[in-house]
Amino acid sequence: MSKFLGNFFRSIGHQVDDGIWRLGYACRFLLTLLIYSGISFRRFRLTAKEVYFTGVLSLIVIMVSGLFVGMVLGLQGYNTLQRYGSSDSLGVLVALSLVRELGPVMAGLLFASRAGSAVTAEIGLMKATEQLSAMEMMAVNPIARVVAPRFWGGVIAMPILAALFSATGVFGGYLVGVQLVGVDEGAFWSQMQSSVDFREDILNGVIKSVVFGILVSWISVFEGYDAEPTAEGVSNATTRTVVTASLVILFADFILTALMF
Amino acid sequence: MSRTTLDLWVGFFVSMGIVSMIFLALRVGNLGGSNLGESYQLKARFDNIGSLKVRSAVKSAGVVVGRVSAIDFDVETYEAEVTLTISDRYLFPTDTFAKIMTSGLLGEQYIGLAVGGDEKMLKRGDVISKTQSAIVIEDLISQFMFKKASEGDVQ
Repeated sequence: MSKFLGNFFRSIGHQVDDGIWRLGYACRFLLTLLIYSGISFRRFRLTAKEVYFTGVLSLIVIMVSGLFVGMVLGLQGYNTLQRYGSSDSLGVLVALSLVRELGPVMAGLLFASRAGSAVTAEIGLMKATEQLSAMEMMAVNPIARVVAPRFWGGVIAMPILAALFSATGVFGGYLVGVQLVGVDEGAFWSQMQSSVDFREDILNGVIKSVVFGILVSWISVFEGYDAEPTAEGVSNATTRTVVTASLVILFADFILTALMF
Repeated sequence: MSRTTLDLWVGFFVSMGIVSMIFLALRVGNLGGSNLGESYQLKARFDNIGSLKVRSAVKSAGVVVGRVSAIDFDVETYEAEVTLTISDRYLFPTDTFAKIMTSGLLGEQYIGLAVGGDEKMLKRGDVISKTQSAIVIEDLISQFMFKKASEGDVQ
């Protein structure tokens, strides 16, 4: 019994210890990345290519999910609000929930699973096939040439995707609320405009999406760079990216919401 | 450096992001609607402003004519000094009555201007002398309770 308990606590201690090591390593990695990120702005073509891969190719999934989330919000909100005779404020409900919370968070989650996992797999596979070591042999810094453009591409793409998600969501809410169930169009827009503040709501949402973009990109490039250079290691790293990024987004969202509102 | 279709797509993506930000700012938010154009300031003193906030609406006959731009506490009279920014298009007589009102039973508070009959108009920086404070529900309830209690004593 005591042996079992000893092993149990030892394994917990090992996991905590390992987690702290990895966190420290990840922070040092981020610092190195920032120091060597000059090239991703001087040769912007490198970053633009990553914006294409992480941003443009995520457009469809982001816009379609935004549309449907907005439509669901419109239906659910209408059903609840009309019970209290205030279905005119449907626009406020849809816009505030999208701009403040769902836009950044849902776009961040989709971004982590659509683009973050791809970045991890790409960098991990480059490491497994020793392409990163080959670059070092040629005196090309792989962090500056491969990792930093992917990081900045994600940081640029994420706020744009979140804004698109919110905008298509509001449009979806408009489609269902005004066109389908017949909320008054003037009330829908005017109540929305009088209650949604540009600085309080929209800019805070943008700040959230920038923070999520940094976190997701950081986690995905780090997991890829830190992956064990085997097929199994790359697949584990990809899974870890999606799981860690999703948890970190939700946790950071709570912290940011507590600070902002 | 030659242009490629990739640049086209990235440019398209970024411009869509900008368009949706503009949409959010102007159509969903109130960035465009909140400026009153040319405006002038008036002051009003209240014993109690309730939960009035900076940027609360100033309405006359239900129409938004301005916004609350500052709220200060006057240490000499112990009153709240509220600065109202009113659009230049609207002029009010000097005996205008400023009341703090509530939209609906539990809604937001705003300043309602009831227009008087004077021929002289309020100018930039003038103080509205006739004001009525916010109604505090707790005060109303306690007045009601005391009244009930004193009625009980008589019987």
